Amino acid sequence: MLVLATCLVLTACASKKVETLGGQIQGDVYTGTDSVEYLADGVKDRVFFATNESILTTASRETLRAQAAWLRKNSSINVVLEGHADERGTREYNLALGERRANAAKDYLMTYGISSDRISVLSYGKERPVDSGSNPLAWSKNRRSVTVKAN
Amino acid sequence: MIRKILLLTIIIILPVRTYALIEVDITRGNLDPLPLAVSPLSIDDKSKKSFEKIINIENIGSEISIIVENNLKTSGLFNPLSKDAFLQAPDIANLKPRFEDWSLIKAQALITGKVSYINEKLRVEFRLWDVLAAKEMMALAFTTVPSNWRRVGHIISDKIYERLTGEKGYFDTRIIYVAEEGPKTQRIKKLAIMDQDGFNNKFLTLGNELVLTPRFNPTSQMVTYLSYFRNLPRVYLLDIETGTQEVVGDFPGMTFAPRFSPNGKKIIMSFAKDGKSDIYTMDLENRVVERITNHPSIDTSPSYSPDGKYICFNSDRSGYQQIYVMKSDGSNLKRISFGKGLYGTPVWSPRGDLIAFTKLHKGKFYIGVMRVDGSGERLLTENFYQEAPSWSPNGRVLIFYRETKTNAKGEGFSAKLWSIDLTGYNERLVETPTDASDPSWSSLLSK
Repeated sequence: MLVLATCLVLTACASKKVETLGGQIQGDVYTGTDSVEYLADGVKDRVFFATNESILTTASRETLRAQAAWLRKNSSINVVLEGHADERGTREYNLALGERRANAAKDYLMTYGISSDRISVLSYGKERPVDSGSNPLAWSKNRRSVTVKAN
Repeated sequence: MIRKILLLTIIIILPVRTYALIEVDITRGNLDPLPLAVSPLSIDDKSKKSFEKIINIENIGSEISIIVENNLKTSGLFNPLSKDAFLQAPDIANLKPRFEDWSLIKAQALITGKVSYINEKLRVEFRLWDVLAAKEMMALAFTTVPSNWRRVGHIISDKIYERLTGEKGYFDTRIIYVAEEGPKTQRIKKLAIMDQDGFNNKFLTLGNELVLTPRFNPTSQMVTYLSYFRNLPRVYLLDIETGTQEVVGDFPGMTFAPRFSPNGKKIIMSFAKDGKSDIYTMDLENRVVERITNHPSIDTSPSYSPDGKYICFNSDRSGYQQIYVMKSDGSNLKRISFGKGLYGTPVWSPRGDLIAFTKLHKGKFYIGVMRVDGSGERLLTENFYQEAPSWSPNGRVLIFYRETKTNAKGEGFSAKLWSIDLTGYNERLVETPTDASDPSWSSLLSK
């Protein structure tokens, strides 16, 4: 049991590194690039949300259109939309909220021609923050939907 | 993982006819706990040596008395006096206490007893005395397998609590919770179970997948929880005696927030699809799934009333997370929380009269209780982050978890279990070997 647990800790530590470029918030939505990674060259992998919201901002829609364009060109690739919430909510409600956010992104990709068969949705609620801070900026980075290649 | 089946015989030594002179009022916040003396249980040399050999405990008599003492103290209602002040030897005190000696040290109640090893069994007798009235209030004896010795301490504590307060105790119980380790961004979580006093901690999963929100079946040793096994978040059932696990139902998406019905025959949970979360039940006998709510909002954290006739849950159908109550078929739905802020995680009290909840208002989290119609809201504790109360089986104590605020560098995160009396007094850290969250309190193991 101990051996297995140790392996997991090591894998966890070796996971992706996050860029630190300094970020900013507009309204209640993160607009920086600090924790953003790329699905493909020039195609951002994530969109951000206001507290308790699942509405896509103008910037989010732009990111998702770029993702849709790339997915249309790469039709063999499927994606998982991982929805997340910040730590300022109850665990169970946040699981539902993460699911709702990922679905907002999914619906938008579908309106731009991506078949629902290629998209699955996975909510992590508040379980997988990218920023471990307890402040409004950290929370804004954690309220997100991340598009991840599934294959 | 297989627990030994408890073989326990309770014999009432003497019929109790004395009228209670000591009464502990548990409804007011207890600022003046009742002073009592827990004498070490006496033990003869031969029995002492036998137990030393079988369970490797030097003096089981004093160890059991320490369990009783700690339980009574933790309740906040009793103040066990220091043993250094005791004048009478344990064996003589158990035969006939010299009440003057005990009242001299201001004890109002006295607990004495005797432990022996008979026919490979542990036999424990104990007596509760009213010091001021110079009377015996209760005398009981238990016989069980020696490995059950801690449980005997808890059962004695429950009997004393019940005799002195008039309400059932909650010491012979266990807590299931999520043990946490690792950095905040990559927490490793395992199911864990322990006795209510933190002893006999065991991990039930290895930490290979994320697990959340375990809850006891009120009638058996089954647990329901959320597991991310193969990255498919689903509600699972776990038999903690055999270790058998199974998925609950066949849903095309995430199921979460599970709880048992009071008779243990159904699981109530949420199912999330297309951005909406609704409440469903599944009958564990015939596997029939029923949809209870149908609304574009998030409906989650359902909890049955103890008679099974009603369900409370939280929903954001008003625009914000609030608490609702409906009949168990989903009819007669009405909102009950109208205070300022957001309300979540409603849990119906085992006594039926109150709903405990988490409230978020102006950046602070509160654990509170309200009547089932939403009136009489009372906030018990305020903190940076805390949520998910679970009731002790007698409905007097709530256990919940609390997370700390990290510093500017994102360091210093921890999650711990806490308990608080329904009165808002006696807030305590519940010690766990690792960080901990999502506690759920079992029913009394011996009824």
